[in-house]
Amino acid sequence: MIERNFKLLTVVTEAALENELTEALERLGASGYTIVNARGRGSRGVRDAGWSTSSNIRVEVICDALLAEKIADYLQQHYYRDYAMVLFVSDVGIMRPDKF
Amino acid sequence: MSIDPVILFFLLGLVAGLARSDLRLPPAIYELLSILLLLAIGLKGGMELSQQPLGAVLPQMAAVLAMGFILPLLVFPVLLYVGRLGRPDAASIAGHYGSVSVGTYAVAVAFLASAGIAFEPHLALFLVLLEVPAIVVGILLARGMHSGTRWGKLMHEIFFGKSIVLLVGGLLIGWAVGPAGVAPLEPLFIDSFKGVLALFLLEMGLIAAGQAREILQRGVFLVAFGVIAPIPLAFCGALLGWMLDLSVGGTALLATLAGSCSYIAAPAAMRIAVPEANPALSLTASLGVTFPFNIFVGIPIYVAIAERLHGA
Repeated sequence: MIERNFKLLTVVTEAALENELTEALERLGASGYTIVNARGRGSRGVRDAGWSTSSNIRVEVICDALLAEKIADYLQQHYYRDYAMVLFVSDVGIMRPDKF
Repeated sequence: MSIDPVILFFLLGLVAGLARSDLRLPPAIYELLSILLLLAIGLKGGMELSQQPLGAVLPQMAAVLAMGFILPLLVFPVLLYVGRLGRPDAASIAGHYGSVSVGTYAVAVAFLASAGIAFEPHLALFLVLLEVPAIVVGILLARGMHSGTRWGKLMHEIFFGKSIVLLVGGLLIGWAVGPAGVAPLEPLFIDSFKGVLALFLLEMGLIAAGQAREILQRGVFLVAFGVIAPIPLAFCGALLGWMLDLSVGGTALLATLAGSCSYIAAPAAMRIAVPEANPALSLTASLGVTFPFNIFVGIPIYVAIAERLHGA
């Protein structure tokens, strides 16, 4: 049985923020997250992951719509001005709603 | 004097990077190389320190620590008033230039070794001492004392950053086990030092080449600053080394430390502590301009300054 009312929140941002970000996610109530190293190009130039200060991470959180909104607001307020950050939310179906 | 082969590896990386070669060291390899360099410097310093009493070095350590706090204060007004940079950028760059570069130090060590100039083992201690104070001063210059900076968390980040942990760890291990204990590790850490350094510099060349476009965009002041600032800073270091009665090699290394600027610890700390400072500015100056300048031109000058001071 697939439960449809969940959101996948994806954040692509600077690796330097990893510790702060994971702390914030836990504080805001995310039950978990997945982080991968990322490379790419955007308004802040090439982020090639070859060097700690120019590398990016992609953070994924599955949660309900309310929490997704809360996390997105928090990140926008705290990090959008000074850091390279892209954030988007998509609808996902999951199998075990009690897990998130 | 013939050019040191390790410098040529940096040049190779630089040329390959500028020519857009697909050459790239995997990030994990680069990480391993910097770990090996930091541990090697720590171990070597530690094992030699175990042979001599530490008490005599304490006053010197205090003086070097004081220099670490003063250097960024010399740089800051220049950046603010001559460079007309904003306060956060000026403070962040001042923190970078007051702090030190392990890569530059390693090249200077190799340079002294091939020139047959000896130096005191506790220069590795000075390397540790000079890394942190300037970063703290840089953050204070940007933020002031009264703001909401979370110092506890920040200090944890700075003091337990990998470079401090590995340098201090290496020093303690080397100091605890002495030369006999380090002997079985020598093939990896001591004998292969130059090979590791060569590979490390190859990657540094590639990274510096990646800064080329930024350098062109950032204009004259940053380039001029990156080339000129290290010399008076290094002169302060040389003068202190001479006053502390260090050898020619020790004086040259202290000058190199003072003239070098951080591109690992400082950028990471500044990014968190002073987010409104543009990391491209400080990294371009330190990695794209000053680091190459120091390894090609600076170090021979600092050795010459040390020789002149001691010869007079």
